[in-house]
Amino acid sequence: MSSHYLAPGLPMPAPARDRLDAPFWEGLRDERLLLQRCRACTRFQWGPEWICHRCASFDVEFAAVEPRGRIYSFERVWHPVHPALKDQGPYLVVLVELPHADNVRLVGNLLGDATQPVEIGAAVTGVFEHHRDAEPPFTLLQWQISD
Amino acid sequence: MTRTLRGKAAVAGVGQTTYYKHGQSPDAESKLALEAIVNACVDAGVSPKEIDGFASFSNDRNDGPRLAAALDCKELRYSNMFWGGGGGGTAGAIENAAAAIACGIADCVVVYRSLAQGQFGRFGRGAQVRHVSGDAAHTVPYGLMSAAQMFAMKAMRFMHDYGIRQEALRAIALASYTHAQSNPQAIMHGRPLTEEQYDASRWIVEPFRLFDCCQENDGAAAMVLVPAERAKDFAHRPCYVLGTASGGPNRSAAPVHNAPLYGSSHFTTVAKHLYRMAELTPNDVDVLQSYENFTGGVLMAMVEHGFCAAEEVNDFFVLDNLLAPDGRLPLNTSGGNLAECYMHGLGLTIEAVRQVRGTSCNQIDGAEVSMMIAGPMVTPVSSVIFGAESTL
Repeated sequence: MSSHYLAPGLPMPAPARDRLDAPFWEGLRDERLLLQRCRACTRFQWGPEWICHRCASFDVEFAAVEPRGRIYSFERVWHPVHPALKDQGPYLVVLVELPHADNVRLVGNLLGDATQPVEIGAAVTGVFEHHRDAEPPFTLLQWQISD
Repeated sequence: MTRTLRGKAAVAGVGQTTYYKHGQSPDAESKLALEAIVNACVDAGVSPKEIDGFASFSNDRNDGPRLAAALDCKELRYSNMFWGGGGGGTAGAIENAAAAIACGIADCVVVYRSLAQGQFGRFGRGAQVRHVSGDAAHTVPYGLMSAAQMFAMKAMRFMHDYGIRQEALRAIALASYTHAQSNPQAIMHGRPLTEEQYDASRWIVEPFRLFDCCQENDGAAAMVLVPAERAKDFAHRPCYVLGTASGGPNRSAAPVHNAPLYGSSHFTTVAKHLYRMAELTPNDVDVLQSYENFTGGVLMAMVEHGFCAAEEVNDFFVLDNLLAPDGRLPLNTSGGNLAECYMHGLGLTIEAVRQVRGTSCNQIDGAEVSMMIAGPMVTPVSSVIFGAESTL
């Protein structure tokens, strides 16, 4: 399990019962980042909605996006609020903005040393973190500082 | 005709229970609610049977109709819940109560909040479930699951944008703890906080240290509102509702941290409506109670209510400016959520009323305009301005 950033035992993501975000989770398992885009106005939005918040079209789809972006904000967590993280130590959560997808933002972890200095605006690249043994299997999208 | 709540309703009575550390109330949550309401009625000098309206927030588990039965209220005319979690609805519930009174829907409305965490569990603990879905599925598996973790990300961005130092957050924490030392009811009474203790305290989640985070408590608080024309029929100096506003700017509740205005406490639009209704400006405010879920939210909320520019935060947020009785803007004068009690902001609201009455443990001499800001960074948020008779 060392290929996973956080200790095992946290709640696992499941597609919404209404399937609103199901293509996103299915995409990650195939190492593809699929985000919601409106067919009518061609703009991206995130999180997913049944309607395009800009033009009120219901004709929304999931489209592939290159998993890269820049750090919009971050936090270093020290106090564990879940028993699974009791021995985790500090960890980094980042909010990543995707300029090539209308600046939508995604939450993930920043890989590497949890005590590293973090710079807002730094370029990051997505890393697919597979949890193939989970029931059902899922994949998280993590981030690392771009070369 | 101008549509406004200005001067239409007044606070006749306030009540609270003993405040406990979380999980330590000997009483059930429903009993606490009833005690606070009865105490507010005693304070006002009205019988609980006269209450004809109930307004609460944050999905309080004690619904008004059931309380009305227990209190033998003669009739129920108004039964209201303000959407949203946390303390964002503290002033919103007052807004709803005042609106019902102003429109003739009800004549005696109680605003209340009750919490017993031993009975119902804590806020600050991550959900211990096997799967999460919906919006939470996009944050919780990354270890972003508590309120502190949700809001640290917003404060971090705001502090980055304006070069705000940790000392500004520290001043907010010290103001609450300093004021609590003269409030025997405060949980942190007798437990003063120094700069050195703050600086040495552990990180919860950067940029929040332990003392930047509110307590969680058991207890209840309540407030009885009546029509303004009846305000002088009660025991205390009248305290009028001059203005209220609630909500948030465009898409502030957008999921997965996608609010367009991100480094924000969500008061940019709300504050404008508040001052317009109250016919006042930030300079008119004598004393402020600003809800500390986390100090970073207080800081952003005060900037968004116009008390200082974001670029001036490092100079404005120093302890002397925030202390009663002579600071530029005395803040959280009974100890606030950090050091008096975390009653989802209703304790702060009661303190705002006490300042108008002249009965605070840290009284501001001649306070006439008293503001309360509720639940920064959630959506909807809300704020309220109370005033003495001289402000009408």
